[in-house]
Amino acid sequence: MTRGRWQRRPSVRPTVVANDMKIAVVESDPGRAREIIDALKEDGWQDVVVLGDVIGLARKLSALNPDLVLIDLANPSRDALEQISAASDAQSRPVAMFVDHSDDEMTQAAVTAGLSAYVVGTLQPERIRPVLKTAIARFQMMSQMRLELEAAKQALADRKTVDRAKGMVMRARGISEEEAYALIRKTAMSQNRKVIEVAQALLTASDLLS
Amino acid sequence: MNTTVLNCGYVPLVDSAPLIVAQELRFAADEGIELNLLPQPSWAALRDLLALGHLNVAHMLSPMPTAMSLGLSGPPAQVDALMVLSANGTVIGVSSMMADAMRAKGWHGGFDNPIATAPPMLAALNRPLRVGVPFPYSMHRLLFEYWMRHTGGAPDMQIITTPPPLMADAVSSGELDVFCVGEPWGSVAVSAGVGELILPGVAIWAHAPEKVLAARRAWIDDNATSVSGLMRAVSRAARWLDQPDNRVLAIEILARSAHLNLPISAVEHALTGRFATRADGPPVHVPDFVRFYDRATNFPWRSQAAWIGEQISHITGIDRAHAIEVAQGTMRPDSYRMHLGPVSVDLPGASSKVEGALSHSTAVASTKGEMILGPDAFFDGKTYDFAPVK
Repeated sequence: MTRGRWQRRPSVRPTVVANDMKIAVVESDPGRAREIIDALKEDGWQDVVVLGDVIGLARKLSALNPDLVLIDLANPSRDALEQISAASDAQSRPVAMFVDHSDDEMTQAAVTAGLSAYVVGTLQPERIRPVLKTAIARFQMMSQMRLELEAAKQALADRKTVDRAKGMVMRARGISEEEAYALIRKTAMSQNRKVIEVAQALLTASDLLS
Repeated sequence: MNTTVLNCGYVPLVDSAPLIVAQELRFAADEGIELNLLPQPSWAALRDLLALGHLNVAHMLSPMPTAMSLGLSGPPAQVDALMVLSANGTVIGVSSMMADAMRAKGWHGGFDNPIATAPPMLAALNRPLRVGVPFPYSMHRLLFEYWMRHTGGAPDMQIITTPPPLMADAVSSGELDVFCVGEPWGSVAVSAGVGELILPGVAIWAHAPEKVLAARRAWIDDNATSVSGLMRAVSRAARWLDQPDNRVLAIEILARSAHLNLPISAVEHALTGRFATRADGPPVHVPDFVRFYDRATNFPWRSQAAWIGEQISHITGIDRAHAIEVAQGTMRPDSYRMHLGPVSVDLPGASSKVEGALSHSTAVASTKGEMILGPDAFFDGKTYDFAPVK
């Protein structure tokens, strides 16, 4: 039942669940906030801040700069957190969700799907560590996936550029694909530039001249 | 007839009306569908549940399918818009302090002039404006930023996502100078005496797709029968909502239903387009404040999506051509034609149009020859002609 949900941005957040992590809990009900803090503290987390007033949430979170945000899945202020993930990379952080009631059908579905981190109804201190650990690990996995996706997209775009440049050189010089690539590569090496840069320069020059 | 239950997510706003009416007036039941209407606490929650397959369909902000399909928002998922559920319906307001500062810079009030309103707004404060929007990918934000970019350049401003029910509080606490929100939440700020309304969204773009009916592409492909029944039911509901004689009854049904939990006055403001722009002011009437059916509102124009894609590229910096291509792919006129053509819904001759070209209502080529489009002009008179998707 330990599942996490977090905002995904490339990040270099800590890889271990250290007790010196700063945790922000978004919860306007003082009783529940107290329960959560107590449970966290019992498990060794001391640096816990509760944000009860949700006006200006994004600004306050940016100022606090916590390592992890804990928020109820049903909290409407979740949309305000969206912005933090959409802002700069420096502000990226995992967000763990928890749910308060386990009877609701959709909440159950969300928990099953790994969207929410915790059922507070059965909050037990020994459960918190694995929950947060899972949240952070999956946040990092998603960040990694995002980075890899970006890299893959870039590689694909680069290959297209190089292919077009190769085609141009082949036509202009009447040489084979292999020879065209060798020529581009040699030029890149002699100028201490990357193959993609030479290819781009070729295409730009050809656009200008055509 | 067997009944198919569809999990349908929505955020309890007045413009979820076509879904509520489809269920409550049994238009869905006539198609063998039961809409299991599931209110969601936030757009993020709704988005995630749709992406993960726990919702079959959802009432969504029109830029969300594009943002999701571009991988900008939530778990990456290919999500398409089956039809547009409503056009327009938003307002822009400012805090009382900001309104006074604008008057000191020569603002004369009024609720219909983006060109005259921008300079006093931009001159009012000596710091970046703090602008509240309901979601990073919302038509509210796209319209506001479009307005700003097209009047006096892009000013320094902070866009602050604020859930609509909290908008008035955020304005009164000084957290926001400007707020862009759907009714009734603008009127709520006015009657609380914390702000004034300065423009309706319709003054920036006369026909802005506001909410869409969205589903995952794979689900759409695998469930043609359900998609067909659902679209017919929602189309009937939208048509029913736009018949003037039905508006009073619609207000009654929406306010009474357990689905919205809004007072009758709140629903009334939104559906009639009549509201006060300041606490002691007379009510103004905004024509076309919200549309559900007329002027081919439900048709998922690829060109509307392209405009959304272009704006998303502006606010995120992602490649324009890529954003436009992905956006166009999320609108499904093919599905609309296939499922609604046989039930005599009038279909336009093309699936793209020049956005912003119509300053007046204009008859256009359609299957039944009854289609009237527009006005759909932008406040600055610009037009957008996007290449059709390949």
